Amino acid sequence: MNKKCDVLIIGAGGAGLTAALNAKESGADVLVLTKEYPTRSQTCMAQGGINAALGNSGADSVEDHIANTLKSAHGQADEEAIEFMCSEAPKAIEWLDSIGVCFSRTSESKIAQRALGGASASRACYAQDYTGLKILHTIYDRCLEADIEIQNEKYLLEILKDEADVVCGAKILDIRSGEVEIYEANAVILASGGYSRIYDKNSTNSSASTGDGIATAKRAGAELIDMEFVQFHPTGLKNSSILISESARGEGGYVINSKGERFTKELAPRDVLSRAIDAEIKKGESVFLDIRHLGEKLIDEGLPQERKLAKLYENVDPVHELMPIRPVAHYTMGGIKVDRKSSTSLKGLFACGECANHRVHGANRLGGNSLLEIVVFGKEAGLNAALYAKENVRTKSVNAETSSVIDEIKEYENVLDFYAKREHIGDLFYKNVGIVRTKEELQEALDEVQIIKANIFKLGVSDKSKKYNTNLVEFLEFKNSLDVCETVVKSALAREVSCGAHYIV
Amino acid sequence: MKISIKKDDGFVEYETTLHGATLLEVLSDIKHTKDNSLAFSSGCRSSVCGSCSMRVNEVEVLACSYKVQDGDKVEPLKNVEVIRDLVVDMDKAYSFNQKAKAWLSRLSSGTSLNDGDAKTNAVQSDCILCGSCYSACPVYAVNGEFIGPFSLTRVWKYASDKREENVEEKVTDIQTNGIWDCTLCGNCTVVCPQNISSKADIEMLRMKSAQYGLMDPNFGSFDGGFGFDGSPSF
Repeated sequence: MNKKCDVLIIGAGGAGLTAALNAKESGADVLVLTKEYPTRSQTCMAQGGINAALGNSGADSVEDHIANTLKSAHGQADEEAIEFMCSEAPKAIEWLDSIGVCFSRTSESKIAQRALGGASASRACYAQDYTGLKILHTIYDRCLEADIEIQNEKYLLEILKDEADVVCGAKILDIRSGEVEIYEANAVILASGGYSRIYDKNSTNSSASTGDGIATAKRAGAELIDMEFVQFHPTGLKNSSILISESARGEGGYVINSKGERFTKELAPRDVLSRAIDAEIKKGESVFLDIRHLGEKLIDEGLPQERKLAKLYENVDPVHELMPIRPVAHYTMGGIKVDRKSSTSLKGLFACGECANHRVHGANRLGGNSLLEIVVFGKEAGLNAALYAKENVRTKSVNAETSSVIDEIKEYENVLDFYAKREHIGDLFYKNVGIVRTKEELQEALDEVQIIKANIFKLGVSDKSKKYNTNLVEFLEFKNSLDVCETVVKSALAREVSCGAHYIV
Repeated sequence: MKISIKKDDGFVEYETTLHGATLLEVLSDIKHTKDNSLAFSSGCRSSVCGSCSMRVNEVEVLACSYKVQDGDKVEPLKNVEVIRDLVVDMDKAYSFNQKAKAWLSRLSSGTSLNDGDAKTNAVQSDCILCGSCYSACPVYAVNGEFIGPFSLTRVWKYASDKREENVEEKVTDIQTNGIWDCTLCGNCTVVCPQNISSKADIEMLRMKSAQYGLMDPNFGSFDGGFGFDGSPSF
């Protein structure tokens, strides 16, 4: 028996849950599926803040927010979409505040704001350095209040379309049982996250950021756009790629080399700073983040996570020692092409969050704009999908087979280890499709990806069991990553002139 | 270095050459190079997603923030159905948040929070729902309907928030199988990776309940089981 709903949402991070709340409020019957649990998404890792021109900490204006965002986008953004997002920002904060997000406050009882790179004012509202976590959990609590059904550990295999090429549901692997299930819906929203993990361990992201939704949408025929724009965060911990938040620099941290010299502007946009650090490292230097001068009290109050993670992963206490850093893949600006209504090029398919490209970040995203985007466009996607679902009620039942790519994969030879290939591709992409690119290196990466794709049957899984087979799920993720990798390199090759995060020499 | 890991059919011993590594790094290495079938959950690697909670030598930890030592015994969380190896079904524990109505019920208009107000529930809102507290809770071990530590902390998070106008509703919904069933043993507090004390939050909820005339039902009715004249009533 197929499961049915009006609006099916794939992904339960900040974007998916915001979409769910708004679709439900519009009267739609909503079902949310996630390959993990709703509070385990990438959103929980966002630390720095969420931008809105509230002017609580010095003068600011929506116009300045727009101007800063446009500048950072390097001409690759939709100006109207940016105007919309920045104008909606104060309302988004007001909503988050009204549902109980524990934003840090000023002594004048206003929401506190701090400076992040590329911003002309202290614009990022924050909740200590757990901004994403607290926003995500509060939105989740709201979903419980609204009685939204969320099913956990469901993995997207295919987006289903009817004879008229209209999206009508999804084919899903229930990870726990190993069964393939068909979900029918009048509208589907993808909110499945970005693809920074194509760089494997050279990324700050959760191991789940494998671009599943993007690859699946592409296979279904959806257009992708600007896939070459990948943001490298300047301050990942050197050995583990664990993120040290931009707020460490916002609070006054220095970026220095082994001679103790500051060689760049710490609050420059991320692409500029990442290139400066990369160049320094390529000179043979080691690069460090220095927050010692901020003092233990400020560090413990404003940057407690940073201190904990630096101790755990690099064995350094940033109160007394330098943190070794390097730039690592952090956010993917590219994604599924959507219009102003979050509608993709496929009828019935909507997208929001990092998997979508609303063209508000262009070639380089500003810190504090991604949490903003998921709230503002999560809402739009939810409202528009609900409206579409109401106007396009499906009467015919979906007739889809439960056979899937999994049957094929279990027959693959498994003579080559895909975990080793995954690591190899991650390192190759970091080197060849990374911070500084050349045409030759890009071509080399493309060739390599295509060879692996052509020989995919030599890879495979050794675990053939049905129940909670993580070997299989990780292979499915790797397959999706390969599709995404190919698109990223092709897009990078097609853009011959440097632009924002895409820097070609 | 050797560690043993509880799989579906018993403990399996693995050799690892990684030193000074986190348990999550070791588990990943084992999965990639020695045993593809090993099942565990993980995500952010930085202690905020709550995916990799498990037990080492019978104590709850996050695998991403625990450094492996020779001879460690790794097991799934307790008091929860194991799906496979170290993976447990968190659905039930999660469901208590809804049962306890752990959300802002009615926004009080015109309340503004100052710096100090924002700090009152900053720690409670650090919760990552890893479920370590349910695993360590002796009450939940014997009463599967006990609302349990992280959900009660979440209720206190909202009940202690000045923006909540309907505090009475917040405390009313956690009287049965809730705050009075807790033995205040403090196990939840000891294992919490985010340094949250559900025990302390439960005590606060008890005090708040008393303000609304809600008392421990185990002590009988309000008159303590005695009639107004002091004679026992049955």
